Formats: sequence, structure tokens, C-alpha cells
Amino acid sequence: MKRSKRFEILAKRPVNQDGFVQEWPEVGLIAMNGPNDPKPSIKIEGGRVVELDGKPRAQFDMIDQFIADHAINLELAAEVMQRDSRELAKLIVDVNVPRSEIVKLTTAMTPAKICEVVGYMNVVEMMMALQKMRARKTPDIQCHVTSLTDNPVQIAAEAAEAAIRGFDEMETTVGVVRYAPFNALALLVGSQTGRGGVLTQCALEEATELRLGMRGFTSYAETISVYGTENVFIDGDDTPWSKAFLASAYASRGLKMRFTSGTGSEVQMGYAEGKSMLYLEARCIYITKGAGVQGLQNGSISCIGIPGAVPGGIRAVLAENLITTMLDLEVASGNDQTFSHSDIRRTARTMMQFLPGTDFIFSGYSAVPNYDNMFAGSNFDAEDYDDYLVLQRDLMVDGGLRPVREEDVVKVRNKAARALQAVFRGLDLPPITDEEVEAATYAHGSADMPKRNVVEDLKAAEEMMKRGITGLDIVKALAAGGFEDVAQNVLGMLRQRVSGDYLHTSSIIDATFTVRSAINDPNDYRGPGTGYRLSPERWEEISDIPTALRPADF
Amino acid sequence: MSMQLSEQLVRQVVEEVLAGLGREAPPASPGPSTAVPGMTLTEKGEAVKGTKADEVVIGIGPAFGATQNRTIVDIPHATVLREIIAGIEEEGLTARVIRVRHTSDVAFIAHTAAKLSGSGIGIGIQSRGTTVIHQKDLEPLSNLELFPQAPLLDAATYRAIGRNAARYAKGLSPDPVPTKNDQMARPKYQAKAAVLHIKETQHVTPGAKPVELAVSFS
Repeated sequence: MKRSKRFEILAKRPVNQDGFVQEWPEVGLIAMNGPNDPKPSIKIEGGRVVELDGKPRAQFDMIDQFIADHAINLELAAEVMQRDSRELAKLIVDVNVPRSEIVKLTTAMTPAKICEVVGYMNVVEMMMALQKMRARKTPDIQCHVTSLTDNPVQIAAEAAEAAIRGFDEMETTVGVVRYAPFNALALLVGSQTGRGGVLTQCALEEATELRLGMRGFTSYAETISVYGTENVFIDGDDTPWSKAFLASAYASRGLKMRFTSGTGSEVQMGYAEGKSMLYLEARCIYITKGAGVQGLQNGSISCIGIPGAVPGGIRAVLAENLITTMLDLEVASGNDQTFSHSDIRRTARTMMQFLPGTDFIFSGYSAVPNYDNMFAGSNFDAEDYDDYLVLQRDLMVDGGLRPVREEDVVKVRNKAARALQAVFRGLDLPPITDEEVEAATYAHGSADMPKRNVVEDLKAAEEMMKRGITGLDIVKALAAGGFEDVAQNVLGMLRQRVSGDYLHTSSIIDATFTVRSAINDPNDYRGPGTGYRLSPERWEEISDIPTALRPADF
Repeated sequence: MSMQLSEQLVRQVVEEVLAGLGREAPPASPGPSTAVPGMTLTEKGEAVKGTKADEVVIGIGPAFGATQNRTIVDIPHATVLREIIAGIEEEGLTARVIRVRHTSDVAFIAHTAAKLSGSGIGIGIQSRGTTVIHQKDLEPLSNLELFPQAPLLDAATYRAIGRNAARYAKGLSPDPVPTKNDQMARPKYQAKAAVLHIKETQHVTPGAKPVELAVSFS
């Protein structure tokens, strides 16, 4: 066939690099409202659930059992389950009904019921609902800070910059697993150089992640994954109970944590049992609720290419964020993985959380260029900073990011690199040269950094863990190296786990080390003029981008 | 407990009994084989723990070189296996190939291989190409080196993976194989990866023991 020139041009458009697939409901390749999804039902006898979503107790799998026994408010369940799902959906969107009233109803629904309720909403209604239902009034953002070469000096400098850009949580991970202690250390020192109070984590295999937290190298954890079918759990040698146990291990050490799940993981692992992605994700959200965990990272996360490939998938991703808030949990709402070759498409996907605001719109935004992003790339990266700042300014929306001045960024990156240099000296780790400090100060990514001796670093990282180095040793090394203020900030983070205030839902810690959470900053949205509104100071900050002309200058 | 689980349990028990019978009377003739372009894999009975410290065990997924024959970017499975084995042999070690049948999860495939390896070093490969270098004493979900982005793995990388696994087996601390990172692999390939993985997982046999394979390249 002779090709149409228009079709040739269209074929080259970025969106046609994306992978799309037709629905295949028999294996769960369907976003929501799948033909095999159960119909909502509950039967309670003697205070015990004997039927859940059409299944008698004798047929429960372990997830049904966990949800039935721990995740549903049974006092109101019978009554709420009888109510019309469309009427319930209307109440959730209605600005006149406060969040506190809605939560009573939504926490008494079964997974199939809550899916049916959100199934009545279009995306604008879901955004209306999310604006009201997120737990913390003030929206926020988390970032990724990683390096293709696991370069600790770069990580420290990037973290410091990200802190002054407004990220209140930071997550790192590794290219090479054995680098983990250095990555966690660099992120801690860098973030606390940027501003005291930033929460940091290092995503790893769970036992190592917990160990680093207990040592004081990190202050929260997020990559504790739960799944919506039994087979996927078993594949990971886990159960809802083992995950709940792990959650209590964090709580007992005074460390904030949330679970992670997301649409598409079960179908990606090949065990979706023919159920829709949203229904299986709803089960994950209920497992989180039942385990007593304060929050959840979802929004498909690393499986975004799967809901993204099927019809209505991005609506389902918004729906899963919404359901999380309806169960009164903190939501770290994804937008954290490359999703599309098309700038139009990736922006539209993020608007679903950006416009209503969530506890963490991104979980996280790549604070490094995507080539350095060891989570395999985020939907927004360091090269999108100015675009994002303009979106905030155009729409008068607080997306959590702050405009910064180049000289401030250079200064804080340099200080973080030097602080880490002092810590490495103090802890007898392979030296950080002045050349590395200089490179990290002005770098855009790992390509701008001198190479380190990787084998020596890995050996030293292992030895550091064997020596029993903890957060207090880091504080001492900072103080001895002349970084008294950074030492105070790291010590402040260690103190938090004694008070435990930041275990409350949706907690962040501000620059004065005051915890802000759903307890002291609850979302009181009731329609126009209520809920979170930009303060005049914050609006001034968002408005004042460096590239805007100043009429007074002419 | 669900009906599905009881079915699995029954199947597992039956298979364990059958496996036990197999031990008493070892098969006289070679087991079933699968042929894909460039390679034939013949079953040699249940894989056992190796005693030679100079071996690396390669664990392949349930569909590898059987119901599937190419990675997600169309590298023939024969090439993948040949390059990994060549990499191991370049370091003067020997490779032993097993098929893991009870899981399609690459971490567990690799960990199973490592536990059966005389050196304690194993490599796990899924049909779509995802690969892990593992060590028997590590947690299953930890690893020595992980290559999660199958679309970025080429023949040279597979050879380097074999080489590095052999170096770990010799007690060395090699520089990790340089990790490639293409942030756009996900949007382009994730749905295809899911379809390939579903098709591999359909061949998982719960409770089945790994089998040793004779590999002949053509």
C-alpha cells in the first residue's frame, strides 16, 4: 500500500512508541469493572464475617480472611452495603458532606463495594473526591535521588538541592546492592544539609532496608510491597501477616513506614486470577488498612506500563489513589515511573493528582536526570523542573515545588558534598577528593562526576556495617568535621524516633522539626474557599519565577 | 483455604510422590527434550546439589527454550544460553543448566540455582530475558547483580554476566557488569513483558523439583 504522508508523520509521534494492548480479561488484563470481578456482599454472624463479596468463609483465601477479620468496620458494614453505590458516590463528591462523615461510610465497605462506588465517577469527580478525601490538608511531594554509578558525593549534593526545591521526603535506591549503606548515608547527610527535617529512605530488599532504618541511616520506609492475589504473595515468600509483622518492626523502632502496591502487579506476575487490576488493588489497600499501617504508596508505581496500555487504565490509577484516601490512609500517589514517550500524555497523567493535590503527588519526582534514575526513570525529572514550576504558576496550584536561585543551589550542593567528605574522613571511609566535591557542586548528573574506586567503596561499605556504625557516629563525624548545624539536623532526625510523633497518618517534618500530619493539619475541604488554599507568601513564591520579566525594570 | 490451594496441594503431594518414585528407579533413557532454533534441551532427571566448587548453575524459567524461544527483544534463547556458558568457561569454570519449574520469579529461579550450585553461585534467567546473579547465602530477594531491564540485554551482556558469575564463584570481587538504564523501556515494553510472563507462568508447576538439562547447540 502506498503510505499516506500524514500517517507516516503520525507513526513517528512519540505516543506511537508507547506499548498498547487490547483487554484480555481472562488473565486480568483489564483496568476496572472486569467481567469476573465479584459482586459486593457481606454477611456477618456473631461479629464475624461469614461471606465477603459473594464468597462464603469456607472458600476464603488468606487475603479474604485478612480483610474480613481486620480491615472492615463491621459496625456499619451491613447498613452501608445495602445503600445504593451511585448514591454513595454522589455523597463522596458532594462538597457539603465533610471528609469525616464519608470516612465512616467508606471504611465499612467491602473491596468489591468500594470499586463499584468509584466506578460511577468520571475522572473529574474522582479528582473532586480526592481533593476532599486526602488526609493531610497541605499537599506535598517526594523525590527520587539516585545515581547511575551510585556516586555518594553526587547523591549528597542532589539531596541538598532537592531539599531547597521543596521535597519533604526523599527516596534512594541502588544500582549495585552492596552500595546501599553509602547511598543511605549520602542521602541522609545531603538532605539534612539542605534543610533539617527531610525524611529519607533507601529502597532495598526488606531485611536490609529495616536494618538501615534501625541503624539510623534512614528515617522511613516505603517499599514494603503487598499484592492482591495469594499466588503473588506466596511467590515473594510472604503473607499479609508477615507484612503486618514487618510493619510492627518499624513501628516498634519509631520509624515511619507505608506499604506499596499498585494496579498491574498481579497481571505482570502472571497471577491475576482473571480479576480486574482495580479490584485486586482494592484488596491491597484493604490489607494495608488491616495491618494498621498509616499509609500506602500506590498509583500503579512500577507497573504503570500495564494499566497505561489498556483502555481506561489511567482512570483506574486515579481510582486507586482515591480508594486509599477513602480508607483514611496516607497516599503517596505514584507519578514516579516513566509512563509515556509523549510529553502530552505524561503530563495529562500527572494532572489527575497534581490538580486535586495528594499527601505526596509524586512518590517520587526524579530529582536527578532520568538517566541517573535507578528506579528505571520517573514521570518527571530534574529537566522538567521549570515546566512544573510554570504549571503551578499557570493554574495557581501548589504542586509542592519551589523556585530556586542558581547561586543558592550551587552553594548548598557544595556544602553537602563537603559535609559528606567530612563524614567519610571521620568514619575512615575511602576519601572524597576536592575534585569530586567541585564536580558534584556543578554537576547535572553522574556523567559529570569523576569515577570512584567501586571495589574499594563496596568493601568499605560492608566493613562500615560490620563495625556497627550508627546514626550517632554520623552526627559525631559531622560535628568533628565542622558541620555542627548538619550534625544537629541529623541528631534531630534520630530524636524523632524516640517521640514517634511522625508515625501519625501523613506525617512530614518541617524545618523547625515540627511534625505536620492528618492530626494537626487535617483536610477540612468543604468546597470553594475551604480546605488548602495558597497563602499569599506561597503564591508570591510560585509566581516569582526567575524567567518572568519585571515591568519595573524597563 | 481456597479450592485452588487445595488443588495445588494435591498436585504437589502427587508430584513429590512421583519424584520419590523417580529416585528409586532412575530413568534408563534420557527424559523429554525441547528443541528451539539453535538449541535442544534434554531432561536428565531431578537436579541435585553440586559438589564441585568450580561450577556455576544456570537456572532457566519454565518456558525458556521450550514454549518460548526468544527474549523480549528477539534474542534467541540459544544465543542467551550459549553466551552465558561461554562467559563462565572463559573464566575456566563449568556451567550446569537446570530448569526451575515451581516459579517464574527470576529472584527465586536464581536463588534455586545458587542453592544447587557447588560454588554457591547461580544465575537465573526468565524467558523474556530478565537475569539475576545470585549467591546461596543471600536472601532470595537480594542478589549479587540484577539485570531487570530485559530489553537492554544483548549477547555481549549475557557473556559478561556469565563471566562475572564465574568470578564470584572463584571468590573474586569483580566490577559489576555495567548496568544500562533506559527509562523508556517501561512504556515501550511493559505490557509485552507482562504478556510474555503470563505465558511463562502458565507453565509453572507448583511444588515441582528443578530438573537437570543436557544442552546441545546446533
